[in-house]
Parts: sequence; structure tokens; C-alpha cells
Amino acid sequence: MYNAPHPLEVRILTRRFGLPNSASIDTYLAHDGYKAIEKALAEMTPDKIIEEVKASALRGRGGAGFPAGLKWSFVPRQSPKPKYIVVNADESEPGTCKDRLLMENDPHQLIEGALIAARAVDAHAGYIYVRGEYRYLIDILDRAIGEAYQRGYLGKNILGSGFDFDLHTHSGAGAYECGEESALLESLEGKRGIPRIRPPFPAVVGAFGCPTVLNNVETFCSVPWIILNGGAAYANLGTRKNGGTRLFCLSGHINRPGVYELPMGFPLPRMIEEVGGGVWKGRKLKAVIPGGSSCPVLKAEETNLPMDFDSLQAAGSMLGSGGVVIIDEDTCMVKAALRIMRFYAHESCGWCIPCREGTMWLGKLLTRFHAGAGTMSDIDLIRELAQNMLGKTFCPLGDAAALPTISIVKKFREEFEEHLNGRKCPHEGKG
Amino acid sequence: MPELVKLTIDGKEIEVPAGTLVINAARQVGIEIPAFCYYEGLALQAACRMCLVEVEKAPKLLTACTLPVAKDMIVRTETPQVAAARKGMLEFLLANHPLDCPVCDKGGECELQDMTFRYGAGESRFSEEKQHIEEQQWSPVVFFDRPRCILCFRCVRICNEGMGVAALGVINRGARSEIAPNKGDHLECDECGMCIDICPVGALTSGIYRYKTRPWEMEYAGTICTHCADGCKTTLSVRNGRVIRGNNRDHSGINGEFLCVKGRYAFDFLEHPERLHQPLVRRGVELQHASWKEAVALVAAKFNEVRERGGAFGVIGSARTTNEENFYLQKFARSWLNTNNIDHRRSGDVVALLDALAGLPGSLATTADVYHAGAVLIVGADLAQQHPLLSFQVRANVRHHGARVYVVHPHPQREDKVAAQVVRARGLAGIGQIREKLAGEQSLVVLFGEHIQGADVRRLVEMLPATARYVALVDYANSRGALDMGLLPDLLPGYQPAPAPGLSLQEMVGASLDVLWVVGANPLQGRARASGFLVVQELFLTETARQADVVFPAAAAYEKTGSFTNVCGEVQRLKKGPAVAGPKTDLEIMGLLARQMGHELAPPLPEAVFEEIRRSVAGYNIPYATFVTGAASATQYPNGPIARQGSSELIRSARDTLFTSGTLGRYCSVLNSVRERDLVRVEE
Repeated sequence: MYNAPHPLEVRILTRRFGLPNSASIDTYLAHDGYKAIEKALAEMTPDKIIEEVKASALRGRGGAGFPAGLKWSFVPRQSPKPKYIVVNADESEPGTCKDRLLMENDPHQLIEGALIAARAVDAHAGYIYVRGEYRYLIDILDRAIGEAYQRGYLGKNILGSGFDFDLHTHSGAGAYECGEESALLESLEGKRGIPRIRPPFPAVVGAFGCPTVLNNVETFCSVPWIILNGGAAYANLGTRKNGGTRLFCLSGHINRPGVYELPMGFPLPRMIEEVGGGVWKGRKLKAVIPGGSSCPVLKAEETNLPMDFDSLQAAGSMLGSGGVVIIDEDTCMVKAALRIMRFYAHESCGWCIPCREGTMWLGKLLTRFHAGAGTMSDIDLIRELAQNMLGKTFCPLGDAAALPTISIVKKFREEFEEHLNGRKCPHEGKG
Repeated sequence: MPELVKLTIDGKEIEVPAGTLVINAARQVGIEIPAFCYYEGLALQAACRMCLVEVEKAPKLLTACTLPVAKDMIVRTETPQVAAARKGMLEFLLANHPLDCPVCDKGGECELQDMTFRYGAGESRFSEEKQHIEEQQWSPVVFFDRPRCILCFRCVRICNEGMGVAALGVINRGARSEIAPNKGDHLECDECGMCIDICPVGALTSGIYRYKTRPWEMEYAGTICTHCADGCKTTLSVRNGRVIRGNNRDHSGINGEFLCVKGRYAFDFLEHPERLHQPLVRRGVELQHASWKEAVALVAAKFNEVRERGGAFGVIGSARTTNEENFYLQKFARSWLNTNNIDHRRSGDVVALLDALAGLPGSLATTADVYHAGAVLIVGADLAQQHPLLSFQVRANVRHHGARVYVVHPHPQREDKVAAQVVRARGLAGIGQIREKLAGEQSLVVLFGEHIQGADVRRLVEMLPATARYVALVDYANSRGALDMGLLPDLLPGYQPAPAPGLSLQEMVGASLDVLWVVGANPLQGRARASGFLVVQELFLTETARQADVVFPAAAAYEKTGSFTNVCGEVQRLKKGPAVAGPKTDLEIMGLLARQMGHELAPPLPEAVFEEIRRSVAGYNIPYATFVTGAASATQYPNGPIARQGSSELIRSARDTLFTSGTLGRYCSVLNSVRERDLVRVEE
């Protein structure tokens, strides 16, 4: 499934989407497929590959935006232990649905990206950790991996280079927490999906205690193009420090929801109006969640921003995972806060106190508040509890629950006050 | 020696080895950083977030329990920001907590209470409905109350890492997370109660102790466990003269935080309905109650009469009576009954070991050595069943120091899991298979059981590196002390040769002696007495006591002062716990007899006998201050050849499991209630 492309898109990662049999290796090979690994094996040293990725200013597409080349360079060159590549395909952030399309429409691009990374750090095995709910993608990936083995792009002595690489899929079991890299590794190792104490980071101690490159699907998918066209060319597509394009997932109250590949730094208003066709039902914009549900919301008047990691951070939010959720004027922000909190309370792994108890408490409190049984002091309590979680949890899940809550209370306090004294939610039934 | 790192904590400059965690560095300058989940020696958790501290230049608060010190680091542990964070954490913890402190067993010794008192808020802002889950009973001794649980995972870790049992885990997630037992609705485990002990709140409670008392209504007596030979300190909590609880309250013993099911729960024999409270004298065919005066007079007269006519005595001592009692008993036998017919049930060949170690001083391992050694060889014993403390030490050594463990035993056992090599064979033949590897171990501790005895012990010592240290495994709390005190037919205290060897235990029970005197043993189990007159000092009417002419009701180890020597040769002090009415200590009973016979003017005091032991028994000249403060003192051994006379006695372990304890174990209803019948046994 893929929405109609938009003329403003810069189609790098999605350039094969919509081709007949786009997931097959034949289509892939007919459109630059596995050229990058050929080039990397024939013409580039592992260091050169990492240099090229550094030059591309490619930043992690999972949400944190850590420079990918830098991450790869942390993997020790000499290691008595084997090294691993792990693809984070546990795409679970509400509002985000891009990795799914990348795997569904062009799985070989991901395989090639992982392969190049393996060559860069001298890893000989890799895992694609696929979100439990995406089980159907495992069939697609397994088919593609099978094709790649058949044509000699995986397995022993790839393209006669002497380089070996095996790639496996691994299914998650339906926990948002396992999208967090260290929890993912625990789960991959067959344990309960709880995050690890860091440092050490996965580049040094990752899967099975070995050095590991762990990146998001979209990050790996960007690599073949970078190798073929050069890091500089990729970097030039975006803004300074924010190289390349990004798959933005436009959802919510918008006329043309979908996944659009746009250059980094693309203005948010144009994304909403031109690419997405504007807010639906002719309504006004109230707020935008710019990077998945864990980001602080932006009020309509704060949305005049270029969509890159640094600009969003400067505006007090995050670019996150690229899930842009449009919220119209008829939306109850208390309910939005409640909906977000319910998600995190459900997904909290239970490891640390502030996240486990904080999300539970806030979930119950917001439920009661939205039902009209709140008091004035509850409004401050909601904010304070979220504040008590923020920055104090074991992993970022607590922050993910706290940040949107704090921003909604701060920016939409009057909507909370409208729910006081047993009043019915003013937006109830507006749909 | 790792390099030292200088840092500042709350304005105090401190130098600690690189790699030290901030939480421990702070302790060294007297700053306590609060924590629930951090527990020294167990895997780091960083889950409770109580130990958050401010570190200069760090963008947010950091957990002191996972933060290694760094050069010039500046840490602040009590800033308003830190205090607010802790208060916030406590507020989260208390949100769903039932606050049933008035009826909670943990009330008064609860870390959550203490922490709330120090950092918490006096009022609750939580006005939502609390999540209630019914209390669960997981075993006769383990109860779990989920709402009280703060999910610090200490119990999961101690069971997995400390005990090697892994009977506890976590199910569900988020606020619905629950600690769960390994068999769905119940536990199948060691029943050691370590999970209860380590629980900072009242989530895990003891089936033995729950709802019995408040902690401030008890008095505490730190004494030594009466069961196996490892010599764990167990603190008896006593109320109105009754033992209510056993634990290792202040972690001050050689066992640190450790206690097994016996040390923790198996004190209930004290109040067993079959406990003897009054002397018994045989009148006709029946044993009938008699006064102490009558019974003592009867036995003393008999002893004097037989001695005067040159009759034969036999004396059988105990592996559970104190050093003072054993020393006094052999003195009684040798000086006043003129006999060397004295022995006890022997379970490990300590004598052969000490003989083989002649010229190799310092070759006995202490309990601490088992934790620090570079390698441990276990031969012919199921350590986890028979020596739970040593087993705990081995696991801790592997976890903390990466010790290499070698197991030589025909049957599988828990230590296999942590072993570098397992040899499924018996005794020396098995060791032969790994001889070369062992030859390379420069810091080796050898724990050997009954598979190696007699001449094999010397061969063992000759096979292994000269730096190896040894423990000859024995069964009971004072098995080692009984040997040291000369409860042997051919050896006096300190392994000095007796002028003329007497009869061994095996010989005595079969011989038609004029008098057989049994102090705290049950040698006539399954056999009829052969001697003319039988005197027994016992807690219960055992198979032996039932055949006696006179039975004196004896006090248990928990009811007396004195000393025990553990399997590693460490002397520790017993402290009297509960009050006892009726029974007397074996020392008192012997004293009464001695006085009646005209040998003593006043009853002997344990302190005076201990002084005599210190002065006269080789190796027992231990520092008195160490002894009275309750710490363990390692004894020295003769370091010279031991002259054995006559054939060596059969040495055989009773092969108790975690849930048995010889005859005494039969009267421990808790042990019998948790014993998993036929599941656990120690194989030969």
C-alpha cells in the first residue's frame, strides 16, 4: 500500500515504490540494485565507507537523530568477538509508518544497506528485528533475503570478494519498549524486553555481548544511495548537519494523509498545506505533533518551522521518528493527552519506578479529569507528575510520556479548565 | 591494584579505586545515598531511581548506583533538586502502595517507611483507585503481597545469582508487572527465604513469622546455626522467651547476608511437643518422670560403682554439642571414668587431612577463602544440599571474581552450572582426569567429602599444588569441634595421641559394656542396646533414648552459650536465645554428675571451660576479643604428623539434604513441611 506520490517529494529511498514487483530482486537489480555494495566491495575500504556516511550527514531515523557515520566509527576495529548488524524494524511510535513501507515495497534496499554497514565494520551476521504486529513483513523480508542468497548478495564470498554476511529476520512480540535499542537487544537474545544500563553502548557491547551496529530501517535504506552518489550529494539534499531526505508520515486531521519523502528542512506549513492538502473538513489547525507521539506538541502558531532535527529542538520539540500528526481545532487536547498517556501506560515495561507508576497514575488521573471529575489542583498535579518523570526514568520511554503531557498542559491549560466542575467535554461528539 | 581516582562528593574530597561506583564511594566518606534496588554483590538494576545525584556538567540527574567515579567528578547528593527527585520517586512508589503498615510484618524495619520518613511527603496526592491483587502463598514459608511490592527485583536477583535457583521472575509489564514463582502458583526451590530477607518492604513475608509480633517487641540473639557444619550466624528474634524468627539481621557473620532454610526456619524443634522437659528413669519396664536430684544421684552412684570395680564404660559424644561440652565430656571420661572408650559419629576425614598437611602450614581454607580463591575443586559432595553456605560462596566467587570451579562427582549437582569442568567420576580417579589443569591452579581451594578418606587424603594432597588449601567436609554444626576436642578413642584434644586407644563408636554399640553414656547422639537407631546401663542426654525420646535407663532432658544449642568450630575450623560463639525451663545444658548435666561423684565443687561454667580449651588445646589459642564480639577465629592445626592407633573408623556422611538434619531434622516441622519428597536427595 502506498499513497500517491506528491510532486514536491524528492524520491531517493522511495524511488522504486510503485514499480511493478518493486519488492523483487529483479526490479531492484534493474534500478541500481546492489550496485552500491559492488562499488563498496570493489572500490572502497571499510574506513572509506564510514567516511562517506559521515560526509552524508545522515542522522539516525529512529528518532534520536544520532549521526550514523559516527555511530559506526565507535565499533572497535579489532575485536576478538564477532560483530553484528541489527536493523531496528520495531516501528511502534504512534504516528509513524514509514519503515513498514520501506520493507514492504523495497526490502532489498534495506538488505543492501545492512550489507554495506556490515562491510564497513567487518560484521558477518545481522538481524532484522521486526515489530510483532508487522509479522506479514517477515514473509516479504524472508523472500527477499532468500533471493539475495540465491543471487550471491548474501552468504559466503559475496560477489567473489571473500566477504561473508548472513542476515536473519527476528520477530518481536508486540512491545513498544523493544524499539529502544538496548531492550531490542535483550529481546533479540530471547530475554524480557527491558532496557540495559548504558554505557556500554551497543557499538561496544551489543547483541550477545558483542560490538553491534544498530540502526533504524530508514537509516540503513539511505546508505546504498549515499555510497552510489557520494556523501556530499546526499548531504546537499538537506540542510547543514541534517543530510538527505526524510520519510514524513502525515496523519491525523489532514486531507491527504500518507508517507512523503521530502528533503530535510522542508517547511512544516508547506508540508501541511501543499503536500498534505491542508487540514481536513475546512477546519483550522490547532496543533501538530511533529515527530511521533513522544514529542512535545506545537501550537498552530508555532508551526512555521523547517523540519530538521536542530530546528525542532530549538523550538522545544523533536523531529523524532517523522510521524507528523495534524490536530484540528475541534480536538479536545485533554483527550489527546489522555490517549497518549494510555498508550505509554500500556507500553511501560515496568522496570523503573517513575515510568511504571507515573504513566499508571497519569493515565488514571487524566481519565478522571476528562470525565469532568477533575479539580483545579489536578491540572498542576498532572504537570508536576510528568515533570517528576522527566529525565529521571531508566530509558526514554518515561520522557516520551512526560514531554507531550507537559507541553499540552502548558500550552492548552484553558482546555483543562473547561473540563472543571463536572462540565462535559466541550469537544465531545465533534469527530 | 587499580589506580586511584580523586573526586568530590558533597564537598568532601575522596580518593577511590577506578571503577568504584559513586554510591559506594560516598559510603566511604559517610554519605548514604538511598537506594532500593541497589544491592551490593548483585547485578545492577538502576530501577528505583532513588539514588539520583547531581553531577557537575551532567545535563540531568544520574543514578549513583551505576555511575563509576571519574577524575575530578563533582557529585552533590543532597541538593534541593535531588531531594525533590527522591520525594517524587517515593510519591510514585506510595501511589499504589496499600499503606497497611499497621498490620504489615515489615513495619518498623521497612526501607520504604524509613525512606519516606527521610525524604517523603506527609500527604498523598493520589486519589485514584489503587490496584488490588490478592495475597498469594507460594510455599509454606513464602507469601507474596503484590500491592506492597515496589519491584526492586532484589528477590529475583538473589534467587538467580545468589542461590543459582532462579525460581522467581517477572510477568506482565508496566504497572501490572508482578513477581512470579517458577511453578505458576507456587514455588519449587530451596525455600531459603533469601527473597524474604532481601525484600525491602513487606511484599515477601515469612510463613513462619507473619502476623506474630512487631519487630520492636523482640530481643535479638546472634548465635550459630545448629544444623550443618558451615557455621552460619543466625539471629534469633526472641519474644517472651520464645524464638519467633531466625534471620541474619546485621549480616555480621561469616555468612554475610546468607542463610538457608535450616538456619532461617529450623528452630521450631525447640517447642516440639515431644521435647523432653524432665529427667526419665526406668522403673520396671517403663521410663518414668523423676526429679533431677534422683536421676543425677542414680547415675552418679552407678558411675562410681562401675569405676570402682573396674567395669567398662563407653562414651558417645555429639557433633552438635559445644566445644566446651565436648572437651568436658572427654575430660570426664578420661579422668573420672578412666576410659578412652569415647567417640562420636565421624562424617569427614579431618584427621587424615591434618596428618597429610603436616609441614604445610596455612593449608586449611576459611569460609572467606572459598569466596576469594582463584579456583575451587569440589569432590564427592553435593555442596548446594549439604553445605549451602560454601555453595553460596562458590557462586559468589564465580560471579565476582570469575573463579574456575571443578566438580568431581558421579552425579549431577548445582555447581555443574558454574563449573569450568565437570568430571562424572568418583574420588581420586576423577581428579586424575583433570590433574594437569589443577596443577596450574595456584590459588586452589579443595572441598572434599566422604569419597576421599583414609590413605586417599594423603594421595590427594600429593597430587595437587603445594599452595592448595583444603576443607574436609563434615556434617554437623560442631562435627569439626568434636574432633578437635578429642572425642576420639585414640586422640586427645588437639590430636595428641591417647596413651592406650579405646573402643570406637562402632565397637561400643556392639560391645556389652557396663555403662554406655550417650550425650546428644542417636547411635542405637535401628539396633538394640548391648550394654548393661544406658544413660542418654537428649532433647527428644529418640531410638537411643527410648532404650535408656536414665534420660536427661538436654538444652539445644540455641539455649546455651559456648562455641562451635565450623567445617573450615573457625571458632564462633553461641549466644543463648530463648529461655528454657526444664532441660539443662549438657555441660550443666555433666557438672551435676561430676559434683555428685565428688570431682567438682561447683558447676563448670562455659567461659571457664573455654579458657581451659584456649590454654590447653593446640590451635585454640584464639584472640578472646574476637571471640566475645561474635566474630569467627580460624584455629591452627598441629602441623605435624598425627599418630593414629588401631584401624581407622568408617567415615560416612549422613548425606542430609537442605530439608533434613539427621535426627534433629525429624523434629523440625518447617523442614518437613517444605521438603519436596523424593525430589531432593544427596546421591552417594
